[in-house]
Amino acid sequence: MPVSERTSRSRVRAGDRVFAGLSTGAGALILAVLAGVATFLLVEAWPAVVAPSADIPGGQGITVYIWPLLFGTVLSAVLALLIAAPLAVAIALFITHYAPRRLAQGLGYLIDLLAAVPSIVYGLWGLAVLAPATVEASTWLYQNLGWIPLFAGPPSSTGRTMLVAALVLAVMVLPIITAVVREAFLQTPRLHEEAALALGATHWEMIRMTVLPFGRSAIIGASMLGLGRALGETMAVAMVLSVSGGVSINLISRSNPSTIAANIALDFPESTGIAVNTLIASGLVLFAVTLAVNMLARVVINRRRDFSGAN
Amino acid sequence: MNPSTRTDLEAALSDRPLTQGSLPRRAPWITLAAAIVIGLVLTSFGVATGLAALVTAVLYGVTIFAWSLAVEGPRKAKDRVVAAAVTSAFLLALAPLISVVVTVISNGVNRLDAEFFTYSMHGIVGEGGGVYHAITGTLLITAVATVISVPIGLLCAIYLVEYATGRLGRAITFFVDVMTGIPSIVAGLFAYALFALFFGPGVRMGVMGAVALSVLMIPIVVRSAEEMLRLVPNELREAAYALGVPKWRTILKVVLPTAMAGIATGVTLAIARVIGETAPLLVTVGITTGVNMNPFDDRMATLPVFAYRQFSSPGIPPEPAIDRAWTAALVLIAVVMLLNLAARLFSRLFAPRSRA
Repeated sequence: MPVSERTSRSRVRAGDRVFAGLSTGAGALILAVLAGVATFLLVEAWPAVVAPSADIPGGQGITVYIWPLLFGTVLSAVLALLIAAPLAVAIALFITHYAPRRLAQGLGYLIDLLAAVPSIVYGLWGLAVLAPATVEASTWLYQNLGWIPLFAGPPSSTGRTMLVAALVLAVMVLPIITAVVREAFLQTPRLHEEAALALGATHWEMIRMTVLPFGRSAIIGASMLGLGRALGETMAVAMVLSVSGGVSINLISRSNPSTIAANIALDFPESTGIAVNTLIASGLVLFAVTLAVNMLARVVINRRRDFSGAN
Repeated sequence: MNPSTRTDLEAALSDRPLTQGSLPRRAPWITLAAAIVIGLVLTSFGVATGLAALVTAVLYGVTIFAWSLAVEGPRKAKDRVVAAAVTSAFLLALAPLISVVVTVISNGVNRLDAEFFTYSMHGIVGEGGGVYHAITGTLLITAVATVISVPIGLLCAIYLVEYATGRLGRAITFFVDVMTGIPSIVAGLFAYALFALFFGPGVRMGVMGAVALSVLMIPIVVRSAEEMLRLVPNELREAAYALGVPKWRTILKVVLPTAMAGIATGVTLAIARVIGETAPLLVTVGITTGVNMNPFDDRMATLPVFAYRQFSSPGIPPEPAIDRAWTAALVLIAVVMLLNLAARLFSRLFAPRSRA
């Protein structure tokens, strides 16, 4: 806790006043920037909102333009989360409760390195390595599980499918979820764990009775952080996904819905006029969605922090 | 208790070892070795590596489960399977990391020559050319972003730790956390929208990219600096106050120097985080073929956007451009890893010596 302001009648020094003002200003600036992001996006998006629907790219109005993109965004992010979240929990468990104590920190650092790889590199890698590697698997899925709408096919021959985009996203959000969950698992009260072991629980029973319940809200919060990151991820999806517009839950075909972020990255450099405003409007939608997801995630994580240790 | 029963029990147990009912210590390793051998045999018959690894993992899990179930009972069997699953999850996560590094190095090494670092793309068609212009652009834009973000982020962290009271402090803490989740493309659009209001639509400038990167960088700087400032022991502050040192000098001369190592680490990690950003620069700075050293005028080239553009519109023939893209990616990944390494080094080298 910082030392409270002195309340004596000694004069407040000019230096103190300037410094306090500066740092308070910097704090307020953060809030102003966040408000500014919303405001400026809204100002630049407005012309597209009020424009006649024939002027919007596609010619059917802004809702029809943004809806498939939003669908693609949510689909790819949720899929990525379904893949990454269980893996991340398992990895966090491995690092905190299974790996040799001396290696644990180094192994955690290895997983953190996954987060350090720039998204453009993931894009190149997804296109050159991962996509071709999945062609065989998606052909198999199509032939054997084709009756499930997710694998209705026909399978893409390049592998640039929604499935691959989701896999790349999963790799990218994995370290983010792992980092938060790992922190929470490390804070499990030692006494709970030892009590469980003393009662004769096996290692796994101890984890199920003490570590997982203690970390549950952190797992939820971290997953939502990962979701927020996956929703906004741009370059990797833009490079990997072969898009055709439209709404489809077919994961292994050549024609997929694009995502908001990828669509902006692909179209923005060549756009002019109202098309730019339309893209910014879609960016505003993305901002609103990620903001909501992130705020919810932080509320969940902070609530855990309030209660941790004492109970 | 009937003494004869006890004797019977003792007689029944006397010739059994104490480890009765548990697998030998080496059991998991023996099973694992057997599973790996089978996996290797499968790969030698032409089965894909990934599939063989999967078979190995499943084989190990099933075998150890059955063996343990027979000897140790269901609870320990489940325990062993979970240990196997958790370990495989970790190994699975390492696979993309290794694959990414190997792919980028093997593809990028082709063009890793002197020309690549000393030439721009000015007037280059086909082979040759380099990233000199993109490296200068990336350095300039990242430097400007750092100059914007570090003072704001540091002051904000000082406010949170030393001054914040009540609702404003809590609101800032919360929204800094939320801000770390802003998608990078949205930060880019924000910078574009901001500058488009003043300079008209279609504007492209280096400083726009720096502003976009700052939006991403500030919350990271605040977070790490705040954490470090909170680690500074309160006794140091109180000692300074007791000597009559004003609060602002206490912060500048006592608190900040003590936390300097951690702050330097945090700033370096923040730079590493934004230096590889592509999307915000793509919509604000664009790309150009020549060297542009003025961040307030027109387009600039940056390393990530250069890699993307070489890859997405390679021209004819495409191979030289694709090679340049891979080498740019290699340089980028090396820079990011070096920054991460430097960050760890900072925290080792400049850590305050404590005797506590």
